[in-house]
Amino acid sequence: MDQLLLHSGFPILSVLIFLPLIGALVLLFVNNEDRCRSLALLFTGLTALLSLQLLFNFDRGTSKFQFAEHRPWLETFNINYTLGVDGISILLVLLTTLIMPFCVLASWSYIKTRVQPFMICLLVMETAMVGVFVALDFVLFYILWEAMLIPMYLLIGIWGGPRKVYASIKFFLYTLAGSVLLLVAIIWLYTTNNASFFIPDMMWQNYPLNAQILIFLAFFLAFAIKVPMFPFHTWLPAAHVEAPTAGSVILASILLKMGTYGFLRFALPITPEATVVMLPYVLWLSIAGIIYGGLTALAQSDMKKLIAYSSVGHMGFVTLGIFVLNIDGVEGAILQMVNHGVTTGALFLCVGMIYERTHSRELQKATGLGKYMPIFITYLAFFSLSSFGFPGTNSFVGEFMILAGAFQFGTANGGFPYLALAAIPGAVLAAAYMLRMLQKIVWGGTNNPDQSWITDLNRREIITLAPFLLFVFWIGLAPQPFLDLMHTSVTNLLQQFHAYTLQTVATSGPVF
Amino acid sequence: MLFLPELTVLGAGLVLFVISLGKPAAGTSKNVATALAALLVATSLLSLQSTGDLFSSAYRVDFFSQLCKVLLAVGTLVVLLVSGDGIKEENLPEYYLFMFVAVLGLMMLISSVELVAIFVSLELSSFAVYIMVPMRANSTGAGRQFEAGMKYLLFGVVATGVMLFGMSYLFGLTGTTSLATLTERLPEMFNRPAAVVAMAMVLAGFFYKLAIFPLHFWVPDVYEGAANETTAFIATIPKLAAVALLIRLVSMMDSHGDMLVNALMVCAVLSMFYGNLSALAQTDIKRILGFSGISHAGFALVGILTFQHIGYSTALFYIFGYLAMNLICFLVICTVASNGRNLEIADFTGMHKRAPLLALALAVGLFALAGIPPFVGFTGKLLVLLEALRQGHLLLVIFAAINTAIAIYYYLSIVRLTFCSDPEGRGTVTASPSVNLLAILLILVIIWMGVMPKTFLALTSAAVSAIL
Repeated sequence: MDQLLLHSGFPILSVLIFLPLIGALVLLFVNNEDRCRSLALLFTGLTALLSLQLLFNFDRGTSKFQFAEHRPWLETFNINYTLGVDGISILLVLLTTLIMPFCVLASWSYIKTRVQPFMICLLVMETAMVGVFVALDFVLFYILWEAMLIPMYLLIGIWGGPRKVYASIKFFLYTLAGSVLLLVAIIWLYTTNNASFFIPDMMWQNYPLNAQILIFLAFFLAFAIKVPMFPFHTWLPAAHVEAPTAGSVILASILLKMGTYGFLRFALPITPEATVVMLPYVLWLSIAGIIYGGLTALAQSDMKKLIAYSSVGHMGFVTLGIFVLNIDGVEGAILQMVNHGVTTGALFLCVGMIYERTHSRELQKATGLGKYMPIFITYLAFFSLSSFGFPGTNSFVGEFMILAGAFQFGTANGGFPYLALAAIPGAVLAAAYMLRMLQKIVWGGTNNPDQSWITDLNRREIITLAPFLLFVFWIGLAPQPFLDLMHTSVTNLLQQFHAYTLQTVATSGPVF
Repeated sequence: MLFLPELTVLGAGLVLFVISLGKPAAGTSKNVATALAALLVATSLLSLQSTGDLFSSAYRVDFFSQLCKVLLAVGTLVVLLVSGDGIKEENLPEYYLFMFVAVLGLMMLISSVELVAIFVSLELSSFAVYIMVPMRANSTGAGRQFEAGMKYLLFGVVATGVMLFGMSYLFGLTGTTSLATLTERLPEMFNRPAAVVAMAMVLAGFFYKLAIFPLHFWVPDVYEGAANETTAFIATIPKLAAVALLIRLVSMMDSHGDMLVNALMVCAVLSMFYGNLSALAQTDIKRILGFSGISHAGFALVGILTFQHIGYSTALFYIFGYLAMNLICFLVICTVASNGRNLEIADFTGMHKRAPLLALALAVGLFALAGIPPFVGFTGKLLVLLEALRQGHLLLVIFAAINTAIAIYYYLSIVRLTFCSDPEGRGTVTASPSVNLLAILLILVIIWMGVMPKTFLALTSAAVSAIL
């Protein structure tokens, strides 16, 4: 328990988890649709404001878990309610709480039927998502990780597009099937660790290599599906395309990050030796994802699908950064998780705004909007630039750090940086598909449909997108404050990792 | 008064017998039966703390038996409250009479600690249920209820025959029929094949009630053929009693029987796979729940075969949760099938518009059965698997986990129709306020047991302590 800095006084993390849930319960008794929207905005907004307290009081000098809470839950099995944030999770928690109010805003006029259950689903989602990032008890983590499927399934299945049934079932089955073996791994770790579900207790233990590999595979299946890594990505385009705007934003900005968060939080510290063994496969799968995602995105005519496949590519960069196992790579990966959340979330909001006007996601029906929607196009242009990592925007910093990490990884032992070179075309592809989309939407060609009846963004929509733009440039121009938040935790993680693997290599010879 | 719940249910049966002699006004018999069931809940709660022996120590009243009796009474009350129009009005008094007799038998079964007493009470409850199955109104049963009744009766009689045969072996080996003495004499004989065979044959009788592979084959046809409310009864109440007595029987062997552990493990794994894989292909909701029940019995067996105190209490917790999950599903089924017909899963199309609360209740029940947190199905599964892995049954746990993934498909396909499609002309479903209230209560219980299992686990643990 010495990894916890117990928090006395205001239990901020519990509040962040339960405030949205309380909001959902309150909404149960509200019948007026407009009041539902306002209340949902109020509760998500309040959660967002409260979460800023984490930022102000976060101690950047320690890698321990801060704001920690620890309460017994089920003593017979030593299951506890343990929460805490460190440098790895704090940005993701903030990303979650800050994005949710904009999901509510984005659904303001998009969702016309059954507003009350929709908002309840959003609020329950927020509870589960914040909980996943701050849970330090493996059972608590798993409960929230799985419980999240139900509201997300309903969001896609009820308010989704024409093929919502297929998309929602595929999403549910895929993610659930991936995580059932995670449960077995968790129970195995519990029984070998003196009956403790406390996650830090499971880290850096000397599990035998074959057990580590099996656990790593269980982790990998669960997390790789969530990321999603090539070739486990097929649920993503379907789910993204059919989900309502808010659902797409949640999926892209937050849900996908849980997979990469899982790798950092569990796979690296619990199964370090297995990580080293499996490293080459994971790295090359990441490269495959980057190239495959880029190429497929190039061929899409459905805007949401295009962005969905671009996510596969971007998340490939993130896993690449994590598994090169150096400071630049991992910090770049965490930053890129946030960047992807901001940029892709904003892009889905943009597509949602087009959809509300034209009722189509087809690129062909959205051409030539530049003349009639100047404000919208300004936003879209910046987000597109950010998406392919234009210098000065947030993704440039993240991708640059990841590539720098990949080069270091390749040249570390006097080798040649094949890996980094293989990833570079991904960046070029990103520019190609994003600029193609941007060009068509802004100018189009001679066959543009008549768009003169389309109105530009209203005030609510301008307000919804503005903060995303702020973060695009803030992270792009001054990333240091963000990196400072994670630096101590990442350094500590990598130091322990390399110390552990060096030690095992020294005692048992090279592992591969 | 040690015998109070049993006397109440016996009295309730007599009252219904008197009613059946006359021509009661419509609704009378159901109201009377419900009131009597409520009285039964009250008396079993009253005698929750009593302990003692009766009938020359053949009958034990302890916290274990009393807790299960409370649950039996509550379950019966819920079944009565949700029951629809599957039985003809003029048959209702007899129907409820047999239901109470069945409950009487099950209550006696839970308290029996002597082989002959076990056999007598099991037969008492079984014969009542055999008669309940074909009592379905022919307008909806269309003859299937007679086939179901015959199948249930014939297979059931054979299963209890086998059990009786096993009991004779046990008596021959040890010279006693009292469980307490058996517990002392049996462990030293567990290397003898005769003892293992005897034990396996005795267990077969309970496996039949619990529908564990390979004694599961009656389930789909009986579930389908019986009236909805009868199925609700069969699917929940006898299973609870069977698990309770199984725990009593197995706990007397301690962990002396490796052969028995392996046999139980094979039964558990096959039950799970058989139940889940067969359910994938079904379209009748009751058949689906029947097959899912087979796999859930397998899960309960996983807890029992750990031969540990914690394992028994989690198995008991699991079956309590199963009671709640199944009852909420049957609540929805009985309400939607307003004229007592059988439901295809297509009948739930667009339920979220036709009856939002019932749709929610069905979704909660099915997600809970599928083992998705934060519902009790997940918590029960987690705790059972935890204890199993602690005893080193890794492969068993992996098989169980794989089954969770298989099972989700058929549960989800019902939820899909409920929430993701439009009613397509199907009318709204109206539920009475009491049914709505019951649905909300059951949802709360399922979530409460899932999120805060502490209280319930303490109860089941105390109950298991009472018999060890």
